[in-house]
Amino acid sequence: MALKLDLDQQLIDSCREYTSEIADEIGKKISKNTTTSVERTVLRLLGVDGVDQHGIPLPNVIVEKVKEAGELEKGISYWFGNALLETDLSVQSLAEEISKDNVDLLNIPRRDQKEVYNYIYNLAKEKAAGIKENVEKRNELMGKYPPGPQPWLYVIVATGNIYEDVKQAKSAARQGADIVAVIRSTAQSLLDYVPYGPTTEGFGGTYATQANFKIMRDALDEVSKEEGHYVQLVNYCSGLAMPEIAAMGAIERLDMMLNDAMYGILFRDINMKRTFVDQYFSRMINAYAGVIINTGEDNYLTTADAVEEAHTVLASQFINEELGLRTGLKKEQLGLGHAFEINPDIEDSFLMEIAQAQLVRQVFPDAPLKYMPPTKYMDGDIFKGHLMDGMFNVASIMTDQSIQLLGMLTEAIHTPFLQDRALSIENAKHVFNSARALSHEITFKADGKIQKRADQVLEETAEILKEISDKGLMKSLSEGIFGDIKRPMSGGKGSDGVVKKSSEYFNPFIDVFKEELKIDAEGR
Amino acid sequence: MLKDDKLIKAYGDTYNDGKIQLSFTLPIQKGVEAEEAARIYCSKLGLKDIEVVHMKDLREGFTFFVVYAVADVLVNTDKINVAKIEAEEMSYYEINDYIKDKIERNLTVVGACTGSDAHTVGLDAILNMKGYDGEYGLERYPQFNTYNMGSQVPNEKLIEKAVQENADAILISQVVTQKNIHVKNLTEFVEILEAEGLRDEFILVLGGPRISHELALELGFDAGFGTGTKPNQVASYISQKVYEKFENNN
Repeated sequence: MALKLDLDQQLIDSCREYTSEIADEIGKKISKNTTTSVERTVLRLLGVDGVDQHGIPLPNVIVEKVKEAGELEKGISYWFGNALLETDLSVQSLAEEISKDNVDLLNIPRRDQKEVYNYIYNLAKEKAAGIKENVEKRNELMGKYPPGPQPWLYVIVATGNIYEDVKQAKSAARQGADIVAVIRSTAQSLLDYVPYGPTTEGFGGTYATQANFKIMRDALDEVSKEEGHYVQLVNYCSGLAMPEIAAMGAIERLDMMLNDAMYGILFRDINMKRTFVDQYFSRMINAYAGVIINTGEDNYLTTADAVEEAHTVLASQFINEELGLRTGLKKEQLGLGHAFEINPDIEDSFLMEIAQAQLVRQVFPDAPLKYMPPTKYMDGDIFKGHLMDGMFNVASIMTDQSIQLLGMLTEAIHTPFLQDRALSIENAKHVFNSARALSHEITFKADGKIQKRADQVLEETAEILKEISDKGLMKSLSEGIFGDIKRPMSGGKGSDGVVKKSSEYFNPFIDVFKEELKIDAEGR
Repeated sequence: MLKDDKLIKAYGDTYNDGKIQLSFTLPIQKGVEAEEAARIYCSKLGLKDIEVVHMKDLREGFTFFVVYAVADVLVNTDKINVAKIEAEEMSYYEINDYIKDKIERNLTVVGACTGSDAHTVGLDAILNMKGYDGEYGLERYPQFNTYNMGSQVPNEKLIEKAVQENADAILISQVVTQKNIHVKNLTEFVEILEAEGLRDEFILVLGGPRISHELALELGFDAGFGTGTKPNQVASYISQKVYEKFENNN
């Protein structure tokens, strides 16, 4: 890729140095703690599924019992592994017996720590191999049914009913969508568990459940085969059950996950420690499962101004990159997010959009950038909205974006109709096809508006990253550095789920993933 | 037809030609039958001179249509009755002066997205310092004490805060209206206030892209603001309404 903006490489390097310091601080917090959701995820990865007679997911039932007894600091792996050895039951049968109070994890003979560790480590290795098979299967399917050229067309379905979602997803995929995301039901992010089974009642979206993942995966596999074009599936790895969703996605072969390091803190008021610990394990799972993560910087611009706060988007991308790399994610898995959200009435707003998109492209050359459409200034004028979406598509093809979340002309009116999605796909296909090689023809004027705007944003980014590294990320977040949103360090939802690890703590999956992803002790 | 200002119909390029455009999807395979189905559908809607100008295969057995037709009905503009917000729109400076001169104290506003709604775009546009479309938000007004509680706030929490801060007005923003989820939650909110005898303590303002003033009144609120509302419009309404209450009590 020819470089089109003349950027100060030293400044970019110093941004990465600041970010590395920021990540060191967070890394220390992460390594000291575990969470109820991380421990539930361990159970899910081991193969625990299903609900008890009250409909409570078994991973919750089991982790709660150990937590109530004050013994979670050792990690669920010890207690569950010990019981597996003692009872000789299968993973699922043991889980069921615990939920029926037929087995009490804390009142059976306790075997030696080493013995349990060795046993559960081998079991984790076996389960991890199952995830690897999914990665191979994806590679095989993508080879057989190659996805279209980038920018990939990303659409959303959100009917609330998984079977209705399937119809809409198949229709979109057959029209050329490369990626389908099933939006979650509103407020699922605040559920401290994952709902169970196929669901048909959701609001503003459909519950993320393992059964729903499977239903949609099967439907998209069928279309991929028929259309000769692999359709990728996305869900939302965020909120209080973040790592559990990652595990479910790894098991059901999802291809992408929304998975931001700070989104939950800022936009869902989830406790900081909880979020940082959860994002670490969830990203490790995503790394291992070959999932592309999408970060959520676009959201900053819905609450803060896109012209004035552009540098916070880039700063957050640097942080997401560094925290992501430390979990074993490859650069090619970092779908860093940004958005086309500048007030369209500002003169030369389109030039500023291009400056930002090109800047991000050059700073993160290997990242499958996720570009989000205009939403803030969509006001019900569907005709103007359709034009703005067209401009957004032009900006994308001009600057080599990777993942294009298609704008809907009916944004701010309703969740997309079948025809809205079809019009969006047509819009994007038209623009991308008619300007496919445009980016190869362009360089930007040395002292032009676009170059100057990019320089300014990069300079401001370096300044703010320095400030964050001096102050610490958690303190900076508490002062409202991103999205104009302030969150107290110890406040937020889910803080009661953070558990300090004892010296005996182990999580066999972290060890297996670290080995396989070749992450060293410092997390690189 | 003679021009009659009171009796109107849609205008294409000739007065009262009744020309309208519409687009919709039918669950039918694209083809001549589909085109005919679209025509029959439109004629059952009472439309005339139906032209199906565009058809697109949406796959999975769906077809999208763009249609032009004549809608041969009249609206008598003399007989229109609609609930309107009775407040004069003032500017940022006028509002602050108005409050200072007439009410002689700061006004307190508590706002939230209630229930499961996580979309704060509208709430932030009205309340945050920065505001929306060049108009400052209420936080910027020296004459307003503003509390933005953010998203997914339970009704009880919002009421508790409003009582605690002795609020003049409560603002609720609702974006997610799929399957009318908002109606139940908003109704419950007003019911709690009434049960606690607090309904008349506050001016209740509802906002959101799918909210009309009429709907707000129906749900027991004092006013409803829809898409494109600017902070000064809400601030104008609240300040005038508080003054009105103040006058009535004296």
